[in-house]
Amino acid sequence: MEKKLTCIVCPLGCQLTVQLNGREVVKVEGNTCPRGAEYAKNECTNPQRTVTSTIRCENGGLVSVKTDRPIPKEKMTECMQLINKAVVKRPVAIGDVILSDVFGSNIVATQNKP
Amino acid sequence: MRDLVIIGGGPAGMSAAIAAYEQGVRDILILERDESLGGILQQCIHNGFGLHKFGEELTGPEYAWKYEQKVRELNIETKCNTMVLDITEDKVITATNAQEGIFQLQAKAIILAMGCRERSKGALNIAGSRPAGIFSAGTAQKFVNMKGYLPGKNVVILGSGDIGLIMARRMTLEGAKVHAVCELMPYSGGLARNIEQCLNDFNIPLKLSHTVVQIHGKERLEGVTIAQVDENRRPIDATREFIPCDTLLLSVGLIPENELSKAAKVDLSPITNGAVVDQDRQTSIPGVFACGNVLHVHDLVDFVSEEAEIAGKAAAAYIKGNTGKKVEIPVKTDGKVRYTVPQVITVKKDITLYFRVGSVYKNVRVNVTAGDKVILSRKRPKVAPGEMESVTIKAELLENVESLTVSLEVL
Ligand SMILES: Cc1cc2nc3c(=O)[nH]c(=O)nc-3n(C[C@H](O)[C@H](O)[C@H](O)COP(=O)(O)OP(=O)(O)OC[C@H]3O[C@@H](n4cnc5c(N)ncnc54)[C@H](O)[C@@H]3O)c2cc1C
Ligand code: SF4
Repeated sequence: MEKKLTCIVCPLGCQLTVQLNGREVVKVEGNTCPRGAEYAKNECTNPQRTVTSTIRCENGGLVSVKTDRPIPKEKMTECMQLINKAVVKRPVAIGDVILSDVFGSNIVATQNKP
Repeated sequence: MRDLVIIGGGPAGMSAAIAAYEQGVRDILILERDESLGGILQQCIHNGFGLHKFGEELTGPEYAWKYEQKVRELNIETKCNTMVLDITEDKVITATNAQEGIFQLQAKAIILAMGCRERSKGALNIAGSRPAGIFSAGTAQKFVNMKGYLPGKNVVILGSGDIGLIMARRMTLEGAKVHAVCELMPYSGGLARNIEQCLNDFNIPLKLSHTVVQIHGKERLEGVTIAQVDENRRPIDATREFIPCDTLLLSVGLIPENELSKAAKVDLSPITNGAVVDQDRQTSIPGVFACGNVLHVHDLVDFVSEEAEIAGKAAAAYIKGNTGKKVEIPVKTDGKVRYTVPQVITVKKDITLYFRVGSVYKNVRVNVTAGDKVILSRKRPKVAPGEMESVTIKAELLENVESLTVSLEVL
C-alpha cells in the first residue's frame, strides 16, 4: 500500500510517499534528509506530537509549557486535560518540570515567570 | 549622542544589538514599548522555532530567551515600557516612558526593528453586521496564550496564514470546535507542516477557493455564510453555506509597521511596505538600517535573526566610519518574482538575495540576469508566495554588472 505524508520535522515540509507492507514501512521517498524517513516510520507505526500550552499560576498569570518530548498523538487530548487541571506557583523558570511522567514526557515551563 | 539606538526589542532588535556588540560597539540602547523583550514571540508558545539557527526545536518564548540572556550577559542597555514616537532624518529619536516623560536622543546610527502588525482589511468588505466575536488571529493568540481567555467555542477562520493555522490547533486543544478554515486563493498561505499538524491532525477542513460572504448576528456573532469563489475570486451563489459560530478569526496577512520610517522619510517599497535597502540592510538614509519584519514579512524567525546580524554588523561598520558606497546596482524583478531584499547592491561581495513569488509555480528556474546575460540559474521543484526563497551570487559574477533582474522561467 502507498501512503502520502507531509513531513512536519522542519519548515521545508517535504511530501513523502511511503510504501507499506501491512504496517511495516518498506520504502520512503520524497524526503530531503534522513529525519524525514525516520518521521515516516514513526508516523505509520506510532505517531507522536509535542504538545504546547499554558498552565495557570495560583498567584496570578499564566506560564507557557511544553511536553519535553513528543507524546503519542492519540494522548494529546488527555495530556491537555492534565495541563488544564494543573496550577503552579510563581516564580517559575524556563525548563522547570511542572508535571512529570505525562505519557512518557515531562511538562516543562518554556517561559520565566518571576 | 548615542552610538547605536535600536527601536524594537523583538528577535530582530536583540540579534542586531548582539551583532553590533560583537563588532566592538559598546554604546548600544534598545528601546522597547512592551514591558519585556522578546516581541511577538512571547505569545507564540508553540514549537518549531530555532531548527535552522540552533539545530533544536524551541517554542517562541524559549527562542527569545536565548537572545535575551545574551543581551543581559553583554550588559546591553535596554529600556522597556518605552515607546518611540518619532525619528527624524538627522537621527533624532523622540521617545516616552513613565519615568522620563518625553525625551530626545541623538544617535550616530539607528536600527529599525519594529516588527509587523496584522492586516485587518479582510473583514471590511464582508457584508452584514459587525457583532462581537471577530478577531485577528494574532489578537486571539494573545488572549489565549497570555491572558488565558478563550474568545469563543465555535470558530471559523478566514485566511490560511500560519498564525490562523496555529490558532486552529490551539483553540481545538483548549476545547473549541473549529468548523473550517476558508482560503480565498486556490492554495494555502501557510507552511505545509502546519496544515498537517494543525488542521489534518484534528480533521479541520481547509476550504481552498472559499471566502466568508456574510456575517450574521447583532450583539454577538451567530454565524457566517461562506461560499466558493470562481477563478476571478467572485463568490458563486449556488455554493453559499451557513455555518453557525460565535467566533471568526482573520488570518489574512501581516504588514510591516513603518509609521516611524515614514516620519524619518525613509524610502519605502510599495511591494514589501518596508524600507528599500542595500545588502547591508541600510535604508535610503545613511546610518539608518532596518531588519526583521519591519523590513519585509518573514515566515521564520531564524531568518529574522540572520538578517538582523547583517544589519547589526553594518551599523557597527558605519559607526566606525566605514561608510563607502562603491557602486549602485539596482535589483529588479519580473513580476512573477514580486520583490527582492536587498533591492540595491552597493558593494561587490557575495550577496544573498531573498525573494518572494506572486503565485504558486511548479518546476521553475530562478534566473538572475545582468543585461541580457544570465549570470545565475537555479532550479526549484516548487515555489509559493508563502515561502521565502533565496539565491546567493558570488562577488566575481558582479564584475562589470550595472543592474540585475531576478525572474522565474516556468519549465
Ligand atoms: C501574531 C503573530 C504571530 C507570529 N507567529 C510566528 C510563528 O509562529 N513563527 C515564526 O517564525 N514567526 C511568526 N511570526 C512572525 C514573527 O513576527 C517573526 O518570526 C519575528 O518575531 C519577527 O521579529 P521582529 O523582531 O522583526 O518583530 P517583533 O517580534 O514583532 O518585534 C518588534 C518589537 O518592536 C516593538 N516596537 C514596535 N514599535 C515600537 C515603537 N514605536 N517603540 C518601541 N518599540 C516598538 C514591539 O513592541 C516588538 O517588541 C508571527 C507574527 C505575528 C504578528
Ligand atoms: S525530510 Fe528532512 S528536510 Fe524534508 S521536511 Fe522532513 S526534516 Fe525537513
